[in-house]
Formats: sequence, structure tokens, C-alpha cells
Amino acid sequence: MTSAGRSTAVVIGCSTGGLHALSTILAALRPDLAVPVIAVCHRGQDDDGTLLVELLAQHSRLPVCEAEERRLAAPGIIHLAPSGYHLLLETDGRFMLSTDPRVRYVRPAVDVLFQSAADVHREGLLAAVLTGANDDGADGLLAVRRHGGYALVQDPEEAEAPQMPLAALKRAGADAVISLAGIARTINERCP
Amino acid sequence: MPRPDPDDVELELFVRALQLRHGYDFSGYARASLKRRVQSVAMASQCKTIGELTAKLIREDARLPSVIAGLSVPVSEMFRNPSVFKALVAEVFPVLASYPHINIWQAGCARGEEIYTLAILLEEAGLYERAQIYATDFNDSALALAQEGIFPVAEARTWSENYLAAGGQHSLSDYWHARYEHLKLDEKLKRNITFANHNLVADGVFCEAHLILCRNVLIYFTNPLQDRVLGLFRDSLVRGGYLMLGNKESLSFAPNAGEFTVLNARARIYRLGLPQP
Repeated sequence: MTSAGRSTAVVIGCSTGGLHALSTILAALRPDLAVPVIAVCHRGQDDDGTLLVELLAQHSRLPVCEAEERRLAAPGIIHLAPSGYHLLLETDGRFMLSTDPRVRYVRPAVDVLFQSAADVHREGLLAAVLTGANDDGADGLLAVRRHGGYALVQDPEEAEAPQMPLAALKRAGADAVISLAGIARTINERCP
Repeated sequence: MPRPDPDDVELELFVRALQLRHGYDFSGYARASLKRRVQSVAMASQCKTIGELTAKLIREDARLPSVIAGLSVPVSEMFRNPSVFKALVAEVFPVLASYPHINIWQAGCARGEEIYTLAILLEEAGLYERAQIYATDFNDSALALAQEGIFPVAEARTWSENYLAAGGQHSLSDYWHARYEHLKLDEKLKRNITFANHNLVADGVFCEAHLILCRNVLIYFTNPLQDRVLGLFRDSLVRGGYLMLGNKESLSFAPNAGEFTVLNARARIYRLGLPQP
């Protein structure tokens, strides 16, 4: 069990405008963050993933890497879902991949990551839905909240593409609707 | 320890029931992805919970085929990740060409997208006539579809682009006939392919292969099952035989991986045996 207000893992979902949004958050995370951060950012299928990792690493004070199947979601590291695969978390805290059909037209899907992470971390999960031009992440955020996790949604007015935050709010609601700076601050506070 | 979630308990009972009643062993499947599949089968079967599905599966044998189909390897694409097929042709085919007879096994062929990919590449490399290709899966309905070689026309454009990116020498449309909403692949591509039921979890060695293709199948297995199947591949390969896995697969936790040498890390092509001195 986690003590109240403490999170044991962070999951982030974003799509259109996600690179900028994710960079903004990563740049503001404390360098001694003690939990794993796992992110799904939709992108082209033939992208082998290195480009996004490199771009984000330029902004992040924490190491950024592509999530590798069977490896632990390690604390203090930003793990990105590889392109073309769904990323799931197993109960032992390790990553697994799947090539099952697209969910909401996308793979990796935020929903898939959020749902499996919610099963594992339950009330210890902190989830954030950022900018995006589709509905992915809404079902996932609902699963997070049903398991008692903490749900953040980027302020749709600030988001480059408001559809994803709006869909998440409509489907799941949130514990806070805040700016990217506010999301980073909340992560820093809840993950000492 | 927190109490286990009811869904997780139901998942374990489902796995047990499928094994006890029908002899299919999914205990070595990674639970997070298995849970999603079982939940989607339950939903498609108008069951509200996995528990409901389990109850029906125990009593109604007629449900088994659709459940097995729902739990097996999903649809793929032709020439998916073109660059890895390019690597296969460039780095593996020249060695295969030195054998008078070539045995190839695709383990987990699902609906056949990749077996036809391979058949076309072998054809264009002039190796097809010498090849015996085994395409196996534990899902009979997928095997039947693979054997038909009919795919939705909606995929045609992406596949054609992939084919060219993989180094295809003609036009992919040379290999199919469009029929309304579907593409029927040339019958000739099947002449050396044997489609057969084989379950990686339960069945053993059946051929001596020069190349085994198994992309994105082991990603669904726990570490012990992944390692066991890797052992099966080792026992099925000739010395110096090749193994090709999916782009993001990791053998870091499989002891049997020690018997393979990495030939092309990016394309996940391995070779059985030690590197040349």
C-alpha cells in the first residue's frame, strides 16, 4: 500500500503537439525523481524511435530511453513506448509489448498502457493526459481513477490539440485540470 | 500484500479451465496482454466478466474455436518493417543459396502475411524452387485463412510501398488479383508452402530448418516459456541456421540465447552457434 498522496509510478499520454508538451514537463521534473515515468506519444509507424528519444533527452534532466520488453520500469528514468507496439506493464513491474490491433486507431495506445499500469500500481499511479487530436487515453484514465489512481488532464485551453484532454475529462473526469507546469509540479510533489 | 483483483483471479481460473477441460496451456503467457485478449473475447461472447466466459467454456465445447482464435497471434502486414526484410535478403539469402535444399519454418504464421512476404522474396532471389516452407500456427481458423491467401484491398497501398522499400524488384500487384474488396495472392506462391498446426507451447521439433522466422510471437510469452521455445528453435535449426525475431524483441532474459550469435541486432537476426574465429 502507498501512503496517502504518494505516487509509485507516472504514466503520460500525448499525441498531436505531444513532443513539445512532453519536453516541457520533462524539463521541469526534479532530477532525483524516485519513480518510473512511462510515456506514450503517438507517431509514425516506421519511425524507429531513436529520434523521439534524442529530442526529448535534450530537454530532460532524467535519462530518456525506449521501453524494452522484459526490463523493469526503473525509477528516475523516462521510458518511451516503442513505435508500432502497445506497451504494457506486468505485475512484476516489467514491460511487455504487444502487436494486438490498434486501439482507437493507434498503436501504441495510451489506453493500453494506462489500463495495465493501473492494474499494477492502483492507487499509486499518477496519470496525465496531454494534448492530442483523438480520443485515446480517455478509457485509460477511467481505469486509473477506478483503481484509485491520481488523474491529471492538461488544461484544454493550453493544449495545442484539445480533443484528447476534453475526451478524457468527459469520460473520466480528473483530480486536476492544469497547465504543463502544474503537471510537472504535481509529479515532483507526489513522487519524492 | 493487497488482495488480488477479482479480474486477475478470474483470469487465472480461465487459464486453468482452458487447460483442464480443453488441453490448451496458456499458463506461460504474459498476463497483461493475455488479460486484454481474454477480456475482448469475453466481450465478443456477450459475457460481462471473464468468469462468465469460463463457465460457458467449460460446458459448451462449440465455443472453443472462437476463443482460441481470439487468443492467438493477430493480423500482421506484408513486408512489415521493410528494412529488416532487406537485411534478410542481403545477409541471409546468400548463405541459404549455398544449400541444395532449403528448409524454412515460420512459427506463428497467423493469417499468412509474412509467409507470402517470404515467398515473394525467395522467388525474386531465385531460391523458391529449392525451398520447403513450413507455416505453422496453433489456430486452425487462422491457418485456413493463411492458406487461402486473401487479404483486404484496403492494405494494398501500404503493402506495395513496403514491398518496394524492402527491395522488391517488380510491383507487388504482379503477385495478386484484385477481386472486389479483396486481393487474392497468386496460387503459385503456395506451391512449396506446407501449412500445419503446431503449438509452440506443447509441440516439439518436426523439421531441420535453415531459417526460422518468428516475429512478434514470443513477446506474448513469459521469460521461462520464451526460453523454452528458444530451445525448441535451437533444436530445430541446422548448425549455423538463422533465426529472425520481431524488431523489439529482447533475449536478455533467455539463457538459451547464449547459443546464438547476433548477426544483425537491429533486424533481430541471429545465427545458431559461435562466431567464426
